[in-house]
Amino acid sequence: MVTTFIPPEFRVKIDDEKCIKCGRCVYQCGWGVYEFTDKPIPDDAKCSACHRCVTFCPAGAITVERNPLAFKESANWTESARKAVWRQAETGGVLLTGMGNPRDYESVFDHLVLDACQVTNPSIDPLREPMELRTYIGRKPDAVKVESDGGGGLKLAEELPPNILLETPIVFGGMSYGSVSLNVHKSLAMAAHECGILMNTGEGGLHKDLYPLSDRIIVQCASGRFGVHDEYLKAGAAVEIKIGQGAKPGIGGHLPGEKINPEVATTRMIPTGTDALSPAPHHDIYSIEDLRQLIYALKETTGYKPVSVKIACVHNVAAIASGIVRAGADIVYLDGFKGGTGVAPTVIRDHIGLPIEIATAVVDQRLRDEGIRNQASIIAAGSIRSSADMAKAIALGADAVGIGSAALIALGCRVCQKCHTGCCSWGITTQKPELTRRIDPDWGAERVSNLIKAWSHELQEILGALGVNAVESLRGSRERLRAIGLDQQTCEILGVKPAGA
Amino acid sequence: MSRAYRGHVVPGATRFEIPDCAGNPYTEEAPFKIHGGCGLAGIMDVTGERFSGREIRVMMEYLHDRGNGLGGGFAGYGIYPDYAKHFCLHMMYDSEGANEITEEYLRKQFEIVHAEPIPTAVVPSVQDNPILHRYFVTPIGSLLEERQLSEADFVVDIVMAINSGVTGAFVASSGKNMGAFKGVGFPEDMADFYRIEEYEGHTWTGHGRFPTNTPGWWGGAHPFTLLDWSIVHNGEISSYGINSRYLEAFGYKCTLRTDTEVMAYVFDLLLRRHGLPLELACAAIAAPFWADIDRMDEDRRTLMTALRMVYGGAMANGPFAIILGHAGGMIGLNDRIKLRPLIVAEDGDRRFIASEESSIRAVCESPDKVWMPKAGEPVICNLNEDVRPAESRVM
Repeated sequence: MVTTFIPPEFRVKIDDEKCIKCGRCVYQCGWGVYEFTDKPIPDDAKCSACHRCVTFCPAGAITVERNPLAFKESANWTESARKAVWRQAETGGVLLTGMGNPRDYESVFDHLVLDACQVTNPSIDPLREPMELRTYIGRKPDAVKVESDGGGGLKLAEELPPNILLETPIVFGGMSYGSVSLNVHKSLAMAAHECGILMNTGEGGLHKDLYPLSDRIIVQCASGRFGVHDEYLKAGAAVEIKIGQGAKPGIGGHLPGEKINPEVATTRMIPTGTDALSPAPHHDIYSIEDLRQLIYALKETTGYKPVSVKIACVHNVAAIASGIVRAGADIVYLDGFKGGTGVAPTVIRDHIGLPIEIATAVVDQRLRDEGIRNQASIIAAGSIRSSADMAKAIALGADAVGIGSAALIALGCRVCQKCHTGCCSWGITTQKPELTRRIDPDWGAERVSNLIKAWSHELQEILGALGVNAVESLRGSRERLRAIGLDQQTCEILGVKPAGA
Repeated sequence: MSRAYRGHVVPGATRFEIPDCAGNPYTEEAPFKIHGGCGLAGIMDVTGERFSGREIRVMMEYLHDRGNGLGGGFAGYGIYPDYAKHFCLHMMYDSEGANEITEEYLRKQFEIVHAEPIPTAVVPSVQDNPILHRYFVTPIGSLLEERQLSEADFVVDIVMAINSGVTGAFVASSGKNMGAFKGVGFPEDMADFYRIEEYEGHTWTGHGRFPTNTPGWWGGAHPFTLLDWSIVHNGEISSYGINSRYLEAFGYKCTLRTDTEVMAYVFDLLLRRHGLPLELACAAIAAPFWADIDRMDEDRRTLMTALRMVYGGAMANGPFAIILGHAGGMIGLNDRIKLRPLIVAEDGDRRFIASEESSIRAVCESPDKVWMPKAGEPVICNLNEDVRPAESRVM
């Protein structure tokens, strides 16, 4: 009997003439696509187009194609809409998915272009001149106070609040141990050290092996409080209170029990094999004043290390961010609606929230209007796909950008959106030892470091073209952006002029 | 009125009332940021001895080719000894209407000790000048109390209100014992028009503009001033976008869309309002590189790191050479990688700063010392302490 009405999304084709029948595809596939009798026989329905088998087939015999099966055309009842209905009719459940919003929303970044110098001001060659990306994130005072040092010179009279030095304006977004493997965590932590940036634990605690690297790690305190204890909070460079996530605003987390092996369980301080459910709200934060209490409790615990508050970008994000800064946060981490996730209800991921471009612009402006912009740094995240997105986010007002998906893609992720299954063939979002060992942390750290360095070089090129030699001269400098094809109101919200103006 | 007004009348100029008027058409509606290259010069006597504006005129004449006739101007310090205790407002009006509205407003804010047209001469190449008046004023004491402002902050508020709020009125300068003389024309023509040879000052700065995309506007010429700060500037601030947004958070209105205005306000913020010593204000504006900061001793490194962390939005990035004039002297400053020329000379009590050496040698054939300051290194020329005015805020 047919168990599903849903035709496979992809077709796996093996060129029999090329196939050497080595069986490597069977071993490489985390989804169990292949059976091997005298040759590999694929089950198309299981394929996620993750390309693991394609990449590792020594004969180059495998291709994966979109299933050409024709659907009667309907621009309204799209193929994916029909499939979703069939799936829910079969299961009666909430559809789950992974990674960021795949729908064809307009990308504001793709409607923004950067400026460059010609004649009246010279561009600067980053290969010949210094080009500074160093960024400090954290609270800063309005003014610097100085006093005599007694010897005719001057010294700082009031120490600045603690800030964290980033050698380039990038941090890794929070991705929990449990949703990703320990080797991914290790790769990111080592890359953060290599590049002078920050890794973020996500909400699953910090594995004991990573404590030696914790001076470059933000430790997260989320609604489930997984893995949160005194030593953990004190170990980090900063603490982040995770209120929300761009991919699932207003929703808690759900790590399926299949991914809770003994190591994950120990780190999270929960029993092995139980689902790790983090509540939608923090049960001690029902208002802004409650947030203030938690911020200061964490500051007291850590000896006043910076506290970051991560929120999903929602309609009233500017006012929310203002409240967060006034509540004492040193960093506001904005996660746009295209941000990634290990698992989220599809309906939430695809339909809730705001683009990070808009959120960054309105938050930066609101904090400036209120004269509190210096009191907190803004980190913009939620699908920063390239150094161009990074430069544009910074020009709109971000101090730094957060990257999660891009870092995982650097590790091999194909954005197949099946993170929640725990079967990731690339060894990223899985806890199966035969899969997680596919990422050697040294190799992973080098791949991710390469990405950070490449984007940093590109940002330097952009700054040089703009004729400035320090990233703070781009930060919030919307004059260097122009919009193509955005309506007037959006331009006004972004604080960006249309091209030609 | 000493001369008939020959300028264009701004329609509806009399419609507006301060402070709720509709804005200055030259400023808020200016469609472009004003770009430009330029020539600049400064000369002073550190003993405070006052000398005629003739020399700065000659210095600027030698820089003729660095401008294109769309803007020239001068600032002189120590030129109004009889009214040294009073703020002197140099005003430009496009119409009698703007003149009347502004004067009525000024009378409500200030005790006007003396008012007169600014004396000018007929120079054939100088056309369409606005009505030019100057007022020696003191803020009305009860208003200072009412608004809880210092005299300086009070004056800044009034300047901002007029420049952003009154159609056809512009404050060319607002300091004590100083004035700006500027307009559309080559600097030497402006010098003749304003008869600056007839003034005597201890410090003079001059400027010739080469704007590339804006019609000449009298208010848009240099120097730009606020209180006794005056800036002449060659270059373009590539960080204008963030500098102006940074300043807006401190209540400044960057309405003129010129880089130079931004520089004047940044200096005002850092020196007057934040009380930074001059050397540190310059270090915030033309910040040392991190690589250099990392090599400093600990106290210095901590201080410079703090400056860069806090004043990132104030850093002026892009090519510039400026001369900042103030009650106590002048300062020359280049951008971080010296993308515009600036040369300095010393001869006895005289100090010279100019875009080109020829300009200095035109008035001082063989100075004791001539040198090219390094990128980002401020050249500070102060009046000797015994003659420095009490209100000079520069350390």
